[in-house]
Amino acid sequence: MNKIAAALALAGFAVSTSALATPVVKIDGSSTVYPVTEAVAEEYQKAKKNTVNVTVGISGTGGGFKKFCRGETDISNASRPILKKEIDDCKAAGVEYIEMPIAYDALTVAINPKNDWVKSLSVEQLKTMWEPAAQGKITSWKQINPAWPDRPLKLFGAGADSGTFDYFTEAINGKSKSSRGDFTASEDDNVLVQGVTRDIGGLAFFGYAYYEENRAKLKAVPIVAGEGKPAVAPSMQTVIDGSYQPLARPIFIYVNAKSADKPEVKEFVEFYMKNAEALTKEVKYVSLPAKAYAYNLEHFAKRVKGTKFGGENKVGTTIEQLMKLEAK
Amino acid sequence: MNQQELQALRELIASHKRWDWLFGLLGVFALMIGVLTFTALFANMAIDGIGRIDADFLTSFPSRRAANAGILSAWVGSLLVMLVTAFAAVPIGVAAGVYLEEYAPKNWLTDIIEINISNLAGVPSIIYGLLALGLFVYTFGLGQSILTAGLTLALLILPVVIVATREAIRAIPQIIREGSYACGATTWQTVRDHIVPYSSAGILTGIIIGMARAIGETAPIITIGALTFIAFLPPAPFAGEPPAGMFDWLFAPFTVMPIQMFNWTSRPEAAFAVNAAAAGFLLVLMTLAMNGLAIWLRYRLRKSIKW
Repeated sequence: MNKIAAALALAGFAVSTSALATPVVKIDGSSTVYPVTEAVAEEYQKAKKNTVNVTVGISGTGGGFKKFCRGETDISNASRPILKKEIDDCKAAGVEYIEMPIAYDALTVAINPKNDWVKSLSVEQLKTMWEPAAQGKITSWKQINPAWPDRPLKLFGAGADSGTFDYFTEAINGKSKSSRGDFTASEDDNVLVQGVTRDIGGLAFFGYAYYEENRAKLKAVPIVAGEGKPAVAPSMQTVIDGSYQPLARPIFIYVNAKSADKPEVKEFVEFYMKNAEALTKEVKYVSLPAKAYAYNLEHFAKRVKGTKFGGENKVGTTIEQLMKLEAK
Repeated sequence: MNQQELQALRELIASHKRWDWLFGLLGVFALMIGVLTFTALFANMAIDGIGRIDADFLTSFPSRRAANAGILSAWVGSLLVMLVTAFAAVPIGVAAGVYLEEYAPKNWLTDIIEINISNLAGVPSIIYGLLALGLFVYTFGLGQSILTAGLTLALLILPVVIVATREAIRAIPQIIREGSYACGATTWQTVRDHIVPYSSAGILTGIIIGMARAIGETAPIITIGALTFIAFLPPAPFAGEPPAGMFDWLFAPFTVMPIQMFNWTSRPEAAFAVNAAAAGFLLVLMTLAMNGLAIWLRYRLRKSIKW
C-alpha cells in the first residue's frame, strides 16, 4: 500500500516538474528519415547556440506515428505517407498535422558483384521472387529466367515493422506487407549488405544511401517498370527526372499543428526547409527541387493540415506529381 | 601381493590417471571457449576502436559526421541511469534479502516468494522494458526519462541483489546471532550492528555485478523510448533550485552507451563502425572497472571484519 502511495506521489511530482527550462523539440519515427533530421537538428542546435534542444528517436515510421498521435512528439519522421488507421488515431486524439515531403529515397535492389547473369530485373520478375506464393517454391535464379544459372536465390529484406518493407511490398506485390516470409529480414541494413556481399546468389533491397556507401561491394540492379519500358538504374538523376520507377519514394516529416505554434518548433521547421536541400545531399538522399521546399514553407505558414495521400501508400509518385497533389 | 597383481594395480591407476588428465584437458578446453571468444572479440574491438578514442570522443555529442561524433550524452546518460538504479535497487534489494533471511516466517508464502525471486532473475530483460513502458511511462506518468530507465534497470537487477544479499547473510555463523540475542539485542539491533556489516562484502559484490549487467542492457531502455540523437546534457544532479529543481535531471531525456553503439553499427558509412568499436571498448572497460571495484571492495571489507 505504502509503495503505491509513494509511486503516486512520484507521479504527481513528475507532472509538476516536467517543464524543463530549455525548450525542447521532440522528434521520433523512421530510421530512414533519421539521418536527414539528425543533420538538421545538429545544425539547428549549432545555429541557436544550444538555446533550443532537439531530440530525435528511432521507433520506425509506425511506432513514431503512435507516439505522434498521442501528442507525445512535436514532429514525426515517416518513410511513407500517414495511413488510414493512423489518421483515425490522430483524429481521435485531436492531433492535427502538417505533412511535408523532405526528400526522395531510391529503394535499391542490389546483387553480388560476381553475379554476371542479371543485367536488369522487371517488376514482374521481382514479384515472382517476392510474392507470398513464392514461399518455399522459388529458390533458384533459373526459375526467374530460364536463361539464368541454377544458383540458389538468397533473399534479404527490411523487417516487417519498417516503412521500407511496406513500400517495397506495395510497389512490387501490389499490397503493403504482403510478401513471402522465408527471407532473411533485418532492421539493420548493414546486415542486408553483408548478406549480399557474402553470397553470389544474394539479392536485397534497402535505401540508396547504403548502396552508395558500399558501391565497391555491391551491384545495383536496373529496374524495368513495365512492358516496353527501359531498364533504369537508381541514381540521383533518375529519381529527379522520375524515370526510376516504381521504387523511388518520397520521405516526410509530419508536424503537430499545435506544436507548430510554439516558437522553437516553428523556427526548427523553417530551418529544416531552408537547409534541407544541402543536408539531404550530404547524407546521400535525393533532395527535392528548391521550389518544393519553398512550397512546403508556404503550406506551413498557412498551416495547411491533413495528408495529400488519402491514407494510402501511393506507389511511384514522381516529384512533379507530388507537388501537384492537393491536401484532402 | 605377487608381481602380477601389482602390475595390474599399477595399470589400473595409470589408466585412471589418464582419465583424470583427459578430463582436466576437457575442462581447460571448455574454459578457453569462453575466455578466448571474449578475448578475440575484445581484441578485435580494441584494434578497430582504440585509435578513435581521444578527449574529443568523450566530450562530443553525436553527429552525422563520424569524425565529429562522440559519446558525451551517452556516457553521461549511462552514468546518471546507473545512479538512479543504485539508489533504487540497493535499499530495496538489501532490505528484501535481510527480511527473507532474518525476519520471514518459514511458511509456504515465503517459499513461493523465494521461488519467484529466483525465477525473476531469469526473465528476459525486454519483459522488464514492456512492464516499465506500461507502468512507469504511462500509468505513473514518469515519461521517457532517466528516472524511468533507472527504475526499470533497478527492477531488472533486484533479484541479483536479493540473492547476493541472502547468500552473504547465510555465510555468517549462527553463533553470531545467538550471541547477540543472548545479550538481549532485538532482531533489528542484531541486523543493524552485526548481520549487515558482516555481510557487506558479499552484498556489495552482488550489487556491482548487478550494476555491471544493467549498464550493458539495451532492450528495456529502447522499449521505454530512449532517444538516439540528443546533443545536450541533462541538468546536473542536485544543482537546480531546491527543492523541485534539484530533481530536474531525473526527468530529462537521455540516451545510453549501448543505444549509441547500436545506432552507429546500423549506419551506412564504415567510419561509424569504428566509432561503435571505440564506444564498445569503453563500455567493456566500464564493466571491467566495476567488476574490479567489486573485487577490491570485497578484499578490503573482508580484512576489516573481526569476529
